[in-house]
Amino acid sequence: MEFFADLIRTSPLFLEAAYITVKITLVAVTLGSFIGLFFALLKISKSKILNKIANLYITIIRGTPLIVQIFWIYYGLSSIVQISGFWAASLALAVHNGAYIAEIIRGGIQSIDRGQMEAGRSLGMTTRLAMRRIILPQAFRRIVPPMGNQFIIALKDSSLAAFVTIAELFNVSMRLASSTFKDIQFYSIAGLYYLILVILFSFLVHKLENKLAVGSSGMK
Amino acid sequence: MIKVTGLNKHFGDLHVLKDIDMEVQESDVVCLIGASGSGKSTLLRCLNFLEQAEGEINIDGRIIDRKTMDLNILRRDVGMVFQHFNLFPHMTVLENIIEAPIHVKKIERQQAIAEGKELLEKVGLGDKVDCYPSVLSGGQKQRVAIARALAMQPKLMLFDEPTSALDPELVGEVLSVMKELAQEGMTMVVVTHEMGFAREVGDWVVYLDEGRIIEVAPPEELFNNPKNQRTQEFLSCIL
Ligand SMILES: Nc1ncnc2c1ncn2[C@@H]1O[C@H](COP(=O)(O)OP(=O)(O)OP(=O)(O)O)[C@@H](O)[C@H]1O
Ligand SMILES: [Mg+2]
Repeated sequence: MEFFADLIRTSPLFLEAAYITVKITLVAVTLGSFIGLFFALLKISKSKILNKIANLYITIIRGTPLIVQIFWIYYGLSSIVQISGFWAASLALAVHNGAYIAEIIRGGIQSIDRGQMEAGRSLGMTTRLAMRRIILPQAFRRIVPPMGNQFIIALKDSSLAAFVTIAELFNVSMRLASSTFKDIQFYSIAGLYYLILVILFSFLVHKLENKLAVGSSGMK
Repeated sequence: MIKVTGLNKHFGDLHVLKDIDMEVQESDVVCLIGASGSGKSTLLRCLNFLEQAEGEINIDGRIIDRKTMDLNILRRDVGMVFQHFNLFPHMTVLENIIEAPIHVKKIERQQAIAEGKELLEKVGLGDKVDCYPSVLSGGQKQRVAIARALAMQPKLMLFDEPTSALDPELVGEVLSVMKELAQEGMTMVVVTHEMGFAREVGDWVVYLDEGRIIEVAPPEELFNNPKNQRTQEFLSCIL
């Protein structure tokens, strides 16, 4: 019962923190998608050098822990420019997610039949136009499920921003836990908030998938 | 109208097209026949510059230079129809057709729609305007693909086995659209296994074997008394 009392008592704090968690995640995934698209295009380009650049980026990001990347960007960037903790953490998460999203987008693009690009080119389209009008819209539909998955991972990973003093969910629960010594209690509450956010978001992705599925069959 | 001299194409070590010389006159229908792997598709793709090859391609008396000319602009004048249709599945039938006129030729949307609907009437699909390709039969898809290519008002149409992926009962509807096009004077290069079509509509039949043009003749001549022994063997296998 005490759990519920605490849950209710701390809800203004946690809701505020949940809002920051969602904000970091949204910024990270949005920026990360642009970064991902950029590196996906490098990876499928015909230029060997561009391929290598993309591979290097993906290897470094996948080969080092996220917390190290967050510290790199947080301490590295703040020694050069003035940057808030929020933006440093979001940026770090964006750079991190960009590598995974690049692979998701590349997979999506390469899953589209080669004949589609060929048909576009045969109509006089430039590669760029065919990519934008023909390939990417089709790849998008296939990318939605794995992107939803990546978003969920990003949401949970954003808890590491706690260690660069961002008052997001995990950070708030850490502070409450250490000031009250009710560790299990407050970490469980944080877990509950994450769980609710993930379920909410999964539901939204599912709806989007259904909506996109309608588009390509039957009549308009 | 299009003249190919000394065309050679390699895929790595594989020599796919060997010293191809070929000429297509305006309003001609040229049928390309040959065994699988003989290089028919590759030749067609070279004519549309989708494939890079050594040799000279001459269009309307101009030599095409990859380095100085914009191939995208050249491609607008050459329509291509594929074995597997390659319609854009995320667009309706009409959207498939108006896509290139609007985004490549920069035609007014209203005009593109009007012309697109007209073309769909012409291929007998006026009632399918708002359908997605996924609900069409193979024959209908291929007719949409033909209309899509025609929407760019090409001077030359290339067909790569347009009926090979179709059920036998659907072949006729596609061939009759192609026949109509030929009668209107469209210049066409058609890779086909439909000897009946080649005989009836073709002005020339080109027999390709292992990347080499073995024989070129009007259909009657090539089918009835082929000069080359390899042509004879090939024809006896398929006729
Ligand atoms: N992109 C490519 N890379 C490597 N080899 C290729 C490529 N495209 C075609 N080839 C090879 O070139 C040869 C000719 O192929 P092509 O598709 O032109 O033959 P085709 O006459 O159209 O055959 P089919 O009747 O089966 O369509 C084949 O041996 C094929 O394996
Ligand atoms: Mg072929």
